[in-house]
Amino acid sequence: MTPLIVIVCYLGLLLALGILSSRSFRGTSKDYFVASHSIGPFLLLMSVFGTTMTAFALVGSTGKAFERGIGVYGLMASISGLVHAAVFFLIGIRLWVFGKKYGYVTQIQYFRARFESSGIGYLLFPILVLLVIPYLLIGIIGAGKTLLPVTAGAFPDLFPNLATPQWAGGIPVWLTGLVICGVVLTYVFMGGSRGAAWANTFQTLVFMVMGVVAFVLIAKNLGGLENASKVTMQINEKGQVVQPYRWDNASKELVENNPPKVVGKLVFEGESPEPGTYSPRPLLSRTVTEVELNSKNPKTGEITSFKREYGIPPWMFATYLFIPLSVGMFPHLFQHWLTAKSARAFKLTVIAHPLCILIVWVPCVLIGIWATGILPPLDPSKVSGVLGQVVRNVIESQVLSGFLTAGVLAAIMSSLDSQFLCLGTMFTNDIVLHNKSQDRYSDRQIIFIARSFIVVIVALTYLVSLKAPQNVFDLAVWCFSGFGALFPLIFAALYWKRTTKAGAYACILAAVASWFYYFAMSGYGKELVLGPGIMPVAVCFLISSAALVIVSLMTPPPSEATLRKFFPNH
Amino acid sequence: MKKPNYAIIWIGTLLLICLHQDSWFWDDHQTLIFGFLPVGLAYHAAFSIVAAIWWGSAMVFAWPHDLEALAEEEN
Repeated sequence: MTPLIVIVCYLGLLLALGILSSRSFRGTSKDYFVASHSIGPFLLLMSVFGTTMTAFALVGSTGKAFERGIGVYGLMASISGLVHAAVFFLIGIRLWVFGKKYGYVTQIQYFRARFESSGIGYLLFPILVLLVIPYLLIGIIGAGKTLLPVTAGAFPDLFPNLATPQWAGGIPVWLTGLVICGVVLTYVFMGGSRGAAWANTFQTLVFMVMGVVAFVLIAKNLGGLENASKVTMQINEKGQVVQPYRWDNASKELVENNPPKVVGKLVFEGESPEPGTYSPRPLLSRTVTEVELNSKNPKTGEITSFKREYGIPPWMFATYLFIPLSVGMFPHLFQHWLTAKSARAFKLTVIAHPLCILIVWVPCVLIGIWATGILPPLDPSKVSGVLGQVVRNVIESQVLSGFLTAGVLAAIMSSLDSQFLCLGTMFTNDIVLHNKSQDRYSDRQIIFIARSFIVVIVALTYLVSLKAPQNVFDLAVWCFSGFGALFPLIFAALYWKRTTKAGAYACILAAVASWFYYFAMSGYGKELVLGPGIMPVAVCFLISSAALVIVSLMTPPPSEATLRKFFPNH
Repeated sequence: MKKPNYAIIWIGTLLLICLHQDSWFWDDHQTLIFGFLPVGLAYHAAFSIVAAIWWGSAMVFAWPHDLEALAEEEN
């Protein structure tokens, strides 16, 4: 019950912040959509960082490190720090300039003007919406799945939870989704983009602080950092996967297993594994090491085994850099950029973003690899619960468990709010107001339309989340791949004068076709790598880039007026 | 007005992408920095700090003054 009280207090604080931010609302549509370009450096940093980091920042990073080892930091975090900052500097500032000068509040408005084409908006609109929706579902379902185990036992009569008896009495997924949608809707409805920026700042601070606090307490209870580093799962010379230590629940301390507990075996050919073909401490390197792990069903006691690959294939490591390019095409991030007070407000975001990633990810990755020594092997579908399990076992503080869950919810909601707001903004500006004269609707009417759309989008997304398959999380990387495949469009539009309308259409169609080809090949959303580990997004990116360049060179260049408008030195 | 030097940006960023591939610590499962941080993780943590320094420097020599002026102009 204690964690639930902490979470309810947190949600209450968030609502109060939303109401407070609405007092600063100036009543104009520009203020609702882009906060009248008034957001300073710190709020911009926090809102942009909070938007780019989902629940994955805390629970996903820990779970992935548990699954593959330290390589996930290089694979997903350090490259994101470099690429995201590059995109904020090279793409974000330019788009802010054009948005401020010409009054754009959506990406599509910019593309329509840059390519002198109304149709490109109608082509891009459904693509962007379809790519954002799974991302929203991930947040809503993720919030429910996070809260259910934490609140287990709180209301056994009200929520017997027959489908998952181990969490009987916990707040069901549908109710958490409803509450989360209600809270986010309230502060976005009232405060628009300023409300989202304020709430994001608060939430980003919460999840950053909670990640560090969890790390410090776990390290302390494991006997300090040096002791904790000895805990990770290892492979002995016989090819057995062993846990040299265990967490003793009775004495609440780390105890050496003598002999080490065997939990699986190395997959190898021949009679014994050849040294050099595997890593003895596979969680601490990136060498690909295939193992077969044993898992015991807590109810039946039945032992099943499953295969797992530790480490990161080199091609996957190299081609993963196309995934973070997706932020250049995120419509919700575009809207956050437009809220900036000045181009100089971006400076702090560009510099501090890689450092914020470091602060959140390094502790979580370390917790993830330590957890391999104190938790039983878990198959990939269960690794998102690793952080929660370590906190429950090692810290055993109900209050901290509540705060940590609030931190995870904060990370989820700081992305959800921006996505809901941006979809409402796009429907209003790119569909309803497009091609209408400026005096057709008053500012009040425009805000009313936007708010109505946001309510409808939140309601529809919530209803879809009730029916969505629970493995919707696998779709995350496909969403990022879709946005990443479209990245050449925004980059060429800003930096290559010769990019034409036909080239832009070719790029979008090539990106969609190649993305869909691989999406279908994956079985509609499962993990897929090509050949030695190449990420499909890398191929989609190359195909869409080639289509853009070839078709642009074959078609007449844009008009002089357009070039003068978007290339100041032309 | 000083023009931003994008050539340095592209070269520096490509260099950092190459440094990101760190094949030199790929197999090292023994070295622990400060007694607890695996060297492969420590390298990439340091890489994040270098990325921050790099973009901080890039904004000094490649700041888009021309675009900034454009944003301040009256429509």
